Amino acid sequence: MTSIAKPKIVHRGLRRNALGLTIRDYEGGMSTLCAGCGHDSVTAAIVQAFFELDIPPHRVAKMSGIGCSSKTPAYFLGASHGFNAVHGRMPSIATGAGAANRDLYLLGISGDGDSLSIGLGQFAHAVRRNLDMLYVIENNGVYGLTKGQFSASADVGSKAKRGEENRQPPIDPVQMAMALGGTFVARSFSGDKDQLVPLIKAGIRHRGFALLDVLSPCVTFNDHEASTKSYAYTREFRHRVVNADFIPPREEIKAAYDEGEVMPIELHDGSRVLLRKISKDYNPHNRGAAIDYIRSHHRAGEIVTGLLYMDEGDPDMHGLNNTSRTPLNELPFEALCPGADALASLQRRFR
Amino acid sequence: MSQSAQDRVNDFVIKLANVNGTGSASANSLLMKTIFRMGIPVNGKNFFPSNIQGLPTWYEIRVTRDGYLARSGRVDVMVAMNAQTYAQDLADVSPGGTLIYDSTWPRHQLLARSDITILGVPLARMCNERFSNARTRVLMKNMAYVGALAALLGLDRAVIEQLVEETFARKPAALDANREAIELGFAYAQEHFDCPLPTRVEPLDKTSGHIMIDGNTATALGCVYAGATVGAWYPITPSTSVMDAFKSYCERYRTDPETGERRFCIIQAEDELAAIGMVLGASWNGARAFTPTSGPGLSLMNEFLGFAYFAELPAVVVDVQRVGPSTGMPTRTQQSDMLSAAYASHGDTRHVLLLPANPGECFEFAVAAFDLAERLQTPVILLSDLDIGMNDWMCKELSWDPAYRPDRGKVLGADELVDAANFHRYLDKDGDGIPYRTLPGVHPKGAYFVRGSGHNKYGAYTEDSDEYREVVDRLLVKWRTAATLVPKPEIRRHPKSAGWGIVAAGSCDWAVLEALDRLADSGIHLDYCRIRAFPFGKEVEEFLEQHERVFVVEQNRDAQLKALLTLETEYPKQRMHSVLHYGGLPIDCSSIVSAVERAEAQGEAA
Ligand SMILES: Cc1ncc(C[n+]2csc(CCOP(=O)(O)OP(=O)(O)O)c2C)c(N)n1
Ligand code: SF4
Ligand SMILES: [Mg+2]
Repeated sequence: MTSIAKPKIVHRGLRRNALGLTIRDYEGGMSTLCAGCGHDSVTAAIVQAFFELDIPPHRVAKMSGIGCSSKTPAYFLGASHGFNAVHGRMPSIATGAGAANRDLYLLGISGDGDSLSIGLGQFAHAVRRNLDMLYVIENNGVYGLTKGQFSASADVGSKAKRGEENRQPPIDPVQMAMALGGTFVARSFSGDKDQLVPLIKAGIRHRGFALLDVLSPCVTFNDHEASTKSYAYTREFRHRVVNADFIPPREEIKAAYDEGEVMPIELHDGSRVLLRKISKDYNPHNRGAAIDYIRSHHRAGEIVTGLLYMDEGDPDMHGLNNTSRTPLNELPFEALCPGADALASLQRRFR
Repeated sequence: MSQSAQDRVNDFVIKLANVNGTGSASANSLLMKTIFRMGIPVNGKNFFPSNIQGLPTWYEIRVTRDGYLARSGRVDVMVAMNAQTYAQDLADVSPGGTLIYDSTWPRHQLLARSDITILGVPLARMCNERFSNARTRVLMKNMAYVGALAALLGLDRAVIEQLVEETFARKPAALDANREAIELGFAYAQEHFDCPLPTRVEPLDKTSGHIMIDGNTATALGCVYAGATVGAWYPITPSTSVMDAFKSYCERYRTDPETGERRFCIIQAEDELAAIGMVLGASWNGARAFTPTSGPGLSLMNEFLGFAYFAELPAVVVDVQRVGPSTGMPTRTQQSDMLSAAYASHGDTRHVLLLPANPGECFEFAVAAFDLAERLQTPVILLSDLDIGMNDWMCKELSWDPAYRPDRGKVLGADELVDAANFHRYLDKDGDGIPYRTLPGVHPKGAYFVRGSGHNKYGAYTEDSDEYREVVDRLLVKWRTAATLVPKPEIRRHPKSAGWGIVAAGSCDWAVLEALDRLADSGIHLDYCRIRAFPFGKEVEEFLEQHERVFVVEQNRDAQLKALLTLETEYPKQRMHSVLHYGGLPIDCSSIVSAVERAEAQGEAA
């Protein structure tokens, strides 16, 4: 993962968050991705979201697999611990990390190749376990890093740069996560920071697995006319159905929305997500209806975006396991080792 | 008769031929435990099919006053309960031996041998007459043969009674049925045969301070005692019982009585790729984490094992080896993952292996595995096998040093980081090749990037040849440090040794020890080096150098231990002579004895 250290100049007038940190404290190394790559915009949104959430960077574990998208953790949260796993296997690293320390914020960055081909199994099982993490797929329909092969999310009929046409149906991570019982499912577009930042914040605060599928065009291999994952296509056919606003704990809900249109959802830590329906016939609390809606719009060539489904009630991996509230990695040895007397008495069975 | 009957007192093998799924396991274990409690060394080996119900299964109990715990290869008393395998079971009885069968049905073919004693007991008929429930009838047939054997072999009935009471303390109805069935078999044998047989037991005092335990249970206890909190796994024979035992001990000792909160997290992964990933994620975060598996799982873990080697993350993998290649024979034993474990993954990789020979060492090495993995910041593979893992072994009672504290290795905490000017992940500050690491979430200064891609000693990405070489060369320094920290070989020298030695590892141990005694009886004296870890260390190298000729005993076709010795020591390959046993049944001493005798006869001695 190439990255070039960024000179850190802090302007006096720069806004500080509740921790006294500036947005510069949430940045990472200089990106080495192609100029205009959608992934860089996602990076910028992550920086902003964590800054606004007042999260100490070192309390975040940022993890990824392999791919251009998976390189990006080097470009944000320079003071966070990072883990660049092997291709498609970041979810298992995140699962182990979360098992050991349930108090860390887990942020996973992946690509459509990383999550929907080689890593499909691990992705699916992380959803199923309701691992408490935000999982971002920077979805460009191609394998960027290996130079433009179709990925499993390429749409039927979309053409590669050299003209070859994809004929296999795509795997949509959003529909998959819904079907697998995902408790927070969202889609956005790298070029829509206004939508992206609140979704990242809400996803981080959600207890359980939060999937954020971000259409993130690859300018080098998949930004041409015949691509359904290009900037032009995405801008035109994107269809916002639900807007999400994130309200940190203790902050007033501004009465800026019409009653009935706004659905406040309280998160476990007291913060709130305000869902604003744009499309009247969309119901983000009905899994079946939401899937139907997304499918029918997909058939019409439309990409439905927003916080598409959310359920704050389901227990996460630790809830199901009833794991100790103190993170396992902080338990003293005395709380783990049964001791010499126990060993002597348990061996009676073996005599 | 090849041996006088007198010789068979406390020195014989009982083999029980059953059908799996018929509840014979508890009867067989009752039999073995009774002999053990009578103070006579014993071991039990289970030969079971990769199947749930209806296929042949055998249980072998070796009664061994001299304490030889390897398989013996002979059968003195056969209990032939499986019609499907009668012919084979009949043929397996050693001359002079006894075969006991269920005479409810006539078995004319049993009369085919005149050199053994054949005894019929109408087990099914007696049980059908006594018990009404169909399942009870099936189960009690097993208890009835225990009763018959009690009479024939001179078992202490008070011991049997005590064991039955312990087992069924909470099920009075079962207790009565079991007692009755035992009595049925006992009375029948007393009435119809000359009891006891010349092949029989007599009380000894050679088992006090010992237990009967399988290696997987001992490994699991080691993981609990070492303070492992995260266990990730994908079920596979013969390693599954490691996690089963870990879970039950954790539930017992690490569940808060009031809140029910659990001080452990066991994750049944989607496959072994994920299982090892979870272990790495947890170890990266400072939890002690492990995964039990077997050959096929180890193959799947390769990519991540190389990652962990290069990124320097602790991990404990328990590989309970079974017969390969591929799916192989899942319920048979081998030592055939030696090479694939030692060099798992692409690129220049080498992994620390611990090679336990018995459940006692499974316990001890499981604890050591966590200490070494964290001290060396690298994967440690505990290479057990099905024979050790799933069979009941007599071994010294496990003991625990209350002063033990885990060696967490070089981990910088918040206090050290606050005062440090900066932190760089891969600097060799101490000259032992082991860098310092930090844990996520502890302190902002400790942040670094774990990566499997090329990195320099500061932890930054690199594609520079010199920077890359500096890191991988330092890993060699660490490897040499590892050689000084792993368990040393167990070396047994014979004063009259003529310069020949035996080298072996793991479950070959008892077969070698027995072979050494047998060879000594015929005047051939050898030294013995039991390797207990890889890297080998200087003691192994010295042992080899001191011997003109070395027999390398192992349980695989391709002489993998010998290959490893060839690659990793200076000792010439020509002086190593392989003794290979790889059919899937545990090794007995005969192949070793005959290989050495053959070499001796050919005048190859120094
Ligand atoms: C086991 C393995 N196989 C293949 C590769 C080669 N490889 C690197 S990145 C990549 C595809 C990445 O695609 P995606 O996740 O969509 O990321 P993008 O570059 O498009 O952001 C592949 C196939 C690898 N690193 N590891
Ligand atoms: S190849 Fe595509 S995905 Fe990769 S950096 Fe360039 S634009 Fe981004
Ligand atoms: Mg991609």
